Amino acid sequence: MPDRVSIRIDGELIHARLGQTILEAATAQGKFIPSLCHMKGLTPVGACRLCLVEVAGVGRLLPSCTTPVQDGMAVTTRSERLDRYRRMILELLFAERNHICAVCVSNNHCELQSLAQRLGVTHVRFPYSYPRAAADLSHRQFVLDQNRCILCTRCVRVCAEVEGAHVWDVGGRGIGSRLVCELNRRWAESRYCTSCGKCVQSCPTGALATKGYAAEEMVKRGETISRLVEVKGVRA
Amino acid sequence: MSRARIATVWLDGCSGCHMSLLDLDEALIDLAPAIELVFGPLVDAQEFPENVDVTLVEGAVSSQDDLQLAQKVRARSRLVVALGDCAVTGNVPSMRNQIPPKQLLERIYVDGVNVNHRVPGDGVPPLLRQAVPLHEAIRVDLHVPGCPPPPAAIGHVLAELLAGRKPELAGKVKFG
Repeated sequence: MPDRVSIRIDGELIHARLGQTILEAATAQGKFIPSLCHMKGLTPVGACRLCLVEVAGVGRLLPSCTTPVQDGMAVTTRSERLDRYRRMILELLFAERNHICAVCVSNNHCELQSLAQRLGVTHVRFPYSYPRAAADLSHRQFVLDQNRCILCTRCVRVCAEVEGAHVWDVGGRGIGSRLVCELNRRWAESRYCTSCGKCVQSCPTGALATKGYAAEEMVKRGETISRLVEVKGVRA
Repeated sequence: MSRARIATVWLDGCSGCHMSLLDLDEALIDLAPAIELVFGPLVDAQEFPENVDVTLVEGAVSSQDDLQLAQKVRARSRLVVALGDCAVTGNVPSMRNQIPPKQLLERIYVDGVNVNHRVPGDGVPPLLRQAVPLHEAIRVDLHVPGCPPPPAAIGHVLAELLAGRKPELAGKVKFG
């Protein structure tokens, strides 16, 4: 079996490596597919559904981050339907927690905020749920603010796969799901946290941040994680 | 050509959006001959007038007064624009929404002070259970997010509306 395949992305014929995902192949060609839970170097999970694409001959939409390329595949990454669904997903993310961009540490450096701008979300059509969500300020260096968490699980994966500590998990069900630290301990009482800060750097919003920053001051360096995985090959 | 009747309204917000409107600076001079400002914090009018062409609303809907004024604005305006994050998303005023108003007021006016342990009653509009974005209270024709929206975006919106076009805001504005 050849290790190279030919696929069409938005009508353009490209060559991809067998085993690559649609998202990887498209990104390698300089194409933009919106995503929030994907981070290069971590196992893709298809959690946020923003990277959904249309594949010719398949009746449903497929997440491009978890779908491997196949020879002869024809993929559409932008359409009126995809734009509509992507905007809807972003609006639901905003409605689900208390994202107050104006006072957030990550204002102007937030992937959720910038995707909303890029995809033309000017308001949220769904009623906000205003949940009561806690912040864990117990850690010496870092803060977890559940109000801003979108449950992308990048922190869960970077901690388990790269740092090897597996401090984070998701507890609860459905709308009540919350990021939890070791079976719901306070962060300061974690037995395995090494305080490496990889979770903070991987977080696309202001949910995980370094202490001591005011609004707009938290700039994340997610690419350092991708580079670490690439150079060291540390992925578990 | 008759001048467009424009109103601005200040609900539960910090007035920053009005400041941003004023920050249009010299562009206001070009705008002035085309509009008549009929209501708002920038003019001395007591009652929201009839037959308004465009009303820019700053702030979330937080109290009974806010709600009544918002409904009046809708009934008397051709176009209603939600100006800024408070009107668009609820923003900072909505941060109280997890706490029932009675508990909230007691925390501030009774537990939070050393003198006059009393929740103000007279002349203060009762709070709604939650502070909500404008479009959860009335129909809104256009949303201009931002905290505040940049002056250029407000200028663009006004210029397009005056020209009879629907402003295209995708990519030009953001939350926060």
